[in-house]
Amino acid sequence: MQVETMPLLEVSGLTTCFKTGLDGREINAVENVSFSVRPGETLAIVGESGSGKSVTSLSVMGLLPARTGRIAAGSVKFRGRELTTLDNQAMRGIRGREMSMIFQEPMTSLNPVYTIGHQIAEVIVLHQKLAYKAALKKAVEMLDLVGIPEPRKRIQNYPHQMSGGMRQRAMIAMALSCEPALLIADEPTTALDVTIQAQVLELLKDLQARIGMAMVFITHDLGVVAEVADRVCVMYAGQIVETGSALDIFKAPAMPYTSALLKSVPRLGMGDTRLTAIPGYVPPLSRLPKGCRFRTRCAHASEICASGQPELVDMSSGHAARCFRAQELSLGQGALA
Amino acid sequence: MIAEDGVEPLLQVRNLKKHFGVGSGLFHKPTAVVKAIDGISFDIQRGEVMGLVGESGSGKTTVGRTVLRLVEPTSGEVIFNGQDTGALDAKALRAARSDMQIVFQDPDASLNPREKVRQVIGRALDIHTIGTRGEREARIVDLLEKVGLSGDYIDRYPHEFSGGQRQRIGIARALAVEPSFIVADEPVSALDVSVQAQVINLMSDLQRDLGLTMLFIAHDLAVVEHISNRVIVMYLGKIMEIAPAKSLYSNPQHPYTKALMSAVPRPDPIHKVRRILLQGDIPSPINPPSGCVFRTRCPIATAECAQIVPDLIQVAPGHGSACLKNG
Repeated sequence: MQVETMPLLEVSGLTTCFKTGLDGREINAVENVSFSVRPGETLAIVGESGSGKSVTSLSVMGLLPARTGRIAAGSVKFRGRELTTLDNQAMRGIRGREMSMIFQEPMTSLNPVYTIGHQIAEVIVLHQKLAYKAALKKAVEMLDLVGIPEPRKRIQNYPHQMSGGMRQRAMIAMALSCEPALLIADEPTTALDVTIQAQVLELLKDLQARIGMAMVFITHDLGVVAEVADRVCVMYAGQIVETGSALDIFKAPAMPYTSALLKSVPRLGMGDTRLTAIPGYVPPLSRLPKGCRFRTRCAHASEICASGQPELVDMSSGHAARCFRAQELSLGQGALA
Repeated sequence: MIAEDGVEPLLQVRNLKKHFGVGSGLFHKPTAVVKAIDGISFDIQRGEVMGLVGESGSGKTTVGRTVLRLVEPTSGEVIFNGQDTGALDAKALRAARSDMQIVFQDPDASLNPREKVRQVIGRALDIHTIGTRGEREARIVDLLEKVGLSGDYIDRYPHEFSGGQRQRIGIARALAVEPSFIVADEPVSALDVSVQAQVINLMSDLQRDLGLTMLFIAHDLAVVEHISNRVIVMYLGKIMEIAPAKSLYSNPQHPYTKALMSAVPRPDPIHKVRRILLQGDIPSPINPPSGCVFRTRCPIATAECAQIVPDLIQVAPGHGSACLKNG
């Protein structure tokens, strides 16, 4: 894994805050998040709602809502170039060409009044300086690549004339039209039915192998993570609480949250066995418990956990967990049983 | 769990159909028909949990609503407790509803944001005139505690709760009139994984403790397996397969069920399942394929599948599959 010396994307100490409510007080939606993505690899960021996984991706893409959100600290380097200080115009030159993003609901990211062909061609004209006609031809090729039947006819379709799965494919075609080095996929299959989700995951893996792009895959679904990820970051309440290879995370989770999350997922073939639920709720960011943020829901919490914030500590090479007791607890067994 | 032979099922559904008119032609006359449910039959025994799975457009939600007559069926019968619900007038139907309730998917949309928990749950008691005012308060507190919430929450508004807590309120409301039958329509789909497990466990405890009969509708096969005694798999308005949960999950017969199960991503990066990848999209229910509705995506379809509509054939005790290839 150490072939490339320079990571494609390097995020370090990222803290993103949002203004809330009427008093305009700022809270950190993402706090001190660091990770890197090497060329061609897939990093999954997994978390529940409010974990900060989507805010992390929006921060990387420079797509935070300008009025309420801002990067308060940290850096985002893409191919060694700092992105957080770039102006909008420079950022637009990178977005869509070198790094692209796909979202959960393609209907909200496609323009309803233009044809699919036009929207893809527009991206190609803008970034690759092709003439419109040539770009439209490329759009047909892209739709073909993502497995849309009769692409020549389909480019004349408007988004509403396509099914959900088709629209997501069209979004992927658009995102990949400039062969980006990095694709950020934010819950790209969450709105899809399982049989369609299987198709789209297969497609993404296939395209990744062909184009050689890296992926940051954001999801709440541990099944999908196991399917796509080389490495995993688990987020909870705005922080990365565990990071490691997919094997580390699923086979030997070191943070109680990861282990509990794995046990709470209903799995096929488990019959009517009782699920191991995590008690309580994800705390709102404005009312986080003191000390470890997971402490109040953790089955292993002790006095030390309230004493201060645990750091992300290395367990083994490339595997780190944010837990005071990570070394003494042995959580790995049973998570996959 | 399942009653002995000869005992009348709590719910009997006979050749149920629901067709919706869509589009608007002259004088708003519908220009096409969606066959949301196209002739399905099943029974649910007392105390049994029947799972109902399907993808979007399968008609699973319409089944739940038609069974409760929240939606009028186009044809067919729903016999609840020995009584044909189609024959009931509005007043009799209202009385019957005190015995059948529903829990919705989205607690945000199904709880009135301007009502306190007291009113949300109390409304059911008012409508069915259960208890005096003093008794009602005690009753609501009791219901809140039953679903794992503090009785102190009685004067809070829905927005003061988390998603999982709101779903618990939805469940308490359904239980308020002490129904024997509950339709749970995707009750955990909107919840986070860690909270989803709590609510599944709660529903399963309540079902057992109160002896509830349940139709549990979901798209997530693993969730359904956890809570159901038997399971129905639907596709485009028809039942593809129906079986005891154990039999269905260990030995699925219908090619659609097999594909559906293999498509579920498993949280295990080592043991990956060989996947049956279905081609194409779910066809539009406005113009479903002839013969077997699944044939356009079926890996083993042949020419005769376009000609013949397969019946549910018994392949094992209590296990039916609607496929010509099941032989």
